[in-house]
Amino acid sequence: MAGILRYGSYVPYFRLQRTALGDGGRGERAVASYDEDTASMAVEAARDALHGGPAVDALLFSTTSPPYAEKLNAATLQAALSLPKGVTALDTGGSSRAGLSSLLVGSDLAAAGRIPLVCLADLSVGAPGGARESGGGDAAAAFIFGDDSEAIARIVGRASFTEEVLDTWRTPEMAFPRQWEERFGAEVMLPILGDTLKRALQSAGLKPDQVSKVIVDSTNPRVNREFLGMAKLKPEQAADDLSASVGRAGAAHAGLMLAKALDGAAPGDRIVALCGADGADAIVLEVTDKIGKGRPRRGVERWLSSKRNDLAYNTYLKWRGILPFEPPRRPDPDRPAGPPMQRSEHWKFGFIGGRCTSCGAANLPPQRVCVMCGAVDQMAEEPYADADCKIATYTLDYLAYSMQPPVVAAVVDFAKGGRINCQLTDVDPQQVEIGNELEMTFRKMYTAGGVHNYFWKARPKR
Amino acid sequence: MASKGIRDRVAIVGMGCTAFGERWDKSASDLLIDAAGDAYASAKVDPEQIDAYWLGTTGSGVSGLTLSLPLKIQYKPVTRLENMCATGSEALRNACYAVASGAYDVVMAIGVEKLKDSGFSGLTGNAPPNDGTETGITAPANFSFLAPAYAKKYGVEMDQLKDVISRIAWKNHYNGARNERAQFRKEVPIEKIKASPKVAGCLGIFDCSGVSDGAAAAVVCRAEDAHKYNDNPIFVKALSFIAGPAEGSMRQDYDFTTFPEVVASAKDAYDQAGVVDAREEISMAEVHDCFTPTELVLMEDLGFSARGQAWKDVMDGRFDLAGAQPVNPDGGLKSFGHPIGASGLRMMYEMWLQLRGEAGPRQIKNPKLGLTHNLGGAPGRCVSFVSVVGQAA
Repeated sequence: MAGILRYGSYVPYFRLQRTALGDGGRGERAVASYDEDTASMAVEAARDALHGGPAVDALLFSTTSPPYAEKLNAATLQAALSLPKGVTALDTGGSSRAGLSSLLVGSDLAAAGRIPLVCLADLSVGAPGGARESGGGDAAAAFIFGDDSEAIARIVGRASFTEEVLDTWRTPEMAFPRQWEERFGAEVMLPILGDTLKRALQSAGLKPDQVSKVIVDSTNPRVNREFLGMAKLKPEQAADDLSASVGRAGAAHAGLMLAKALDGAAPGDRIVALCGADGADAIVLEVTDKIGKGRPRRGVERWLSSKRNDLAYNTYLKWRGILPFEPPRRPDPDRPAGPPMQRSEHWKFGFIGGRCTSCGAANLPPQRVCVMCGAVDQMAEEPYADADCKIATYTLDYLAYSMQPPVVAAVVDFAKGGRINCQLTDVDPQQVEIGNELEMTFRKMYTAGGVHNYFWKARPKR
Repeated sequence: MASKGIRDRVAIVGMGCTAFGERWDKSASDLLIDAAGDAYASAKVDPEQIDAYWLGTTGSGVSGLTLSLPLKIQYKPVTRLENMCATGSEALRNACYAVASGAYDVVMAIGVEKLKDSGFSGLTGNAPPNDGTETGITAPANFSFLAPAYAKKYGVEMDQLKDVISRIAWKNHYNGARNERAQFRKEVPIEKIKASPKVAGCLGIFDCSGVSDGAAAAVVCRAEDAHKYNDNPIFVKALSFIAGPAEGSMRQDYDFTTFPEVVASAKDAYDQAGVVDAREEISMAEVHDCFTPTELVLMEDLGFSARGQAWKDVMDGRFDLAGAQPVNPDGGLKSFGHPIGASGLRMMYEMWLQLRGEAGPRQIKNPKLGLTHNLGGAPGRCVSFVSVVGQAA
């Protein structure tokens, strides 16, 4: 039997008030910053899942917004998370249902004795003025599966249903997805979800009233609103759909709702997660008494409470590349080069620094000749991604190119030794002071020549 | 320090310097022709008498052809070199050493930069293919680290420090207003300097040197031959160039209130020149005021002010044109402008004028020793050049 061993979630710092869209919507949606994409968000969620967790041997990355259309995005995650080179790595996507489908695949791998990390992330972009723009959200979740003896939640049931339905679609050439008339999709999909739930509960030997939380997610908002009533479930069984705080985060959404449900679950709770798109998938979980020790450092609520929610609509449009804007009078950045990136992979992607075995000094980035004692080729690798650090000095750069000027840059000193000069992100420039405590975060510096330039920035602790 | 120096063995017998600024009308080739022509005339030499050339430019051309083609130099050695913003000084240093070695009799050091053709604001780099992990901030941002660090270390309020750096900008504009070759020839009221739009940290537009086009050149020969060319040559007392290991960007004990590279190059130069007390013995200096806090810190690194005291010396007017130790009498990078490859030679051009009594409204009374200081890079990772020049021994 298989189960979830660890999990993590991630909600970006910025929120867009729906009132800013002028469409009468309430609440806010989460917005990935200009320096985030689905790979970087997945890394954030996975870091919490991996913290204190087991070594994994497979990696699945699921999104409908892959940073690269051709090139393994899971490889970016492998490098950023410093996972073993021997992992089986796979991108999935093509539908927002792919997230929950990947959780089912993850449980299958675990049943076969593997320990997979399943990362879900999405960046939900809709045409300006449309329901997807307002109702979509950006977020990530990650789950590690393994043998159920160590699980925080056992997988006790499942079901799948596949049916060709023209509800939501997008060709590779289309910037935004389209949706058929909502009532049509709802009429076709509601019975499919009902059947899938029924079979999943049967496979678990459970009746509907034995379930503590039901997670309902689909491409069709009407389905999400009406399913619980149709299935005769009680309102208290409904999991928080996060529509008022995050918005529907595509392939990550069912996983994010599941993470939220696990954050608040007690041993013995049964949770069902349903996701509908061209059919449906369902997974049934039973929470174990290991849940208390298996929760991530940061739960969904903590991510939600750490935010800046005054993002201007035109800034949002600029970040998503929807609104053209006046370019800076500065040269475009060059694309990073393949061979240098290969040579510095551990530093660039994994934020692995050096420690001189001769004098013990930290060397960031790793040097062949120690910056302190001059010893040659005595450097050992040491991870710095989770190391405590603070601002030694800082500046606000109004001249450097940025999608959110000014660039906040700081000289950052690590508690365990070592110094770097790096950009800060998710930060209010007015709140920056010498001595501020920071943490490192994996980001996309820029994209040039079709190459995403990933590296690490520092941010105030979230 | 291992450098032995060439004190009083080499002389500068002619110099030329174009007007700096937004020279939309002149190409890099034009600027080189103009500066070289002025230097030939100043030294009263024909181009055929020059045995070799050192050309400094960071990005306005590659190879010796950048100079030999426009000037139609007839089959002579031309070395093109680069050492960041200290490029012009590096051209002069190498030219002087070539003469001192006896390899050549008369040589020219020349520097040029044509920055304004790019259409970009500020300086732009041309980094080799890389892994994309550099921080990607601008030069003013890197140098703005100095201001809060200095203020904190010496207990100066940031408002007070803003007064200090604004006074440096005010001084350099005052001097530049008296220089027909300067990019900015206007005095600027201190309130306007303080209120100028932010560029990085506490630095406003008026805390930054001018992005500029220009060229400058020097004709160099052995000291014993100097009077063959010029009745009033100036003599090289010291040349020091230091590249640091860039440890300030990696070591936590670097505090951004000093340039160790400058301290090392100043000590080297003073040893070569026999200077014991720079505050007393250096009559005047052209220093690398790329940003106003840089000039503040340099006053201490060059030994003109005691540690933690430069801000008081600035406010007391010590470094004003009429002060006890004038700094950047020609307006400096701030007001004269900073065409990178030319700047080090432009600094020397002011020493040339001042030591020969030709500085007109900027003339400093009876200068003995002049210093030029040229910096490349950023706090924590830089190169530094210091020269000392003066009259015959």
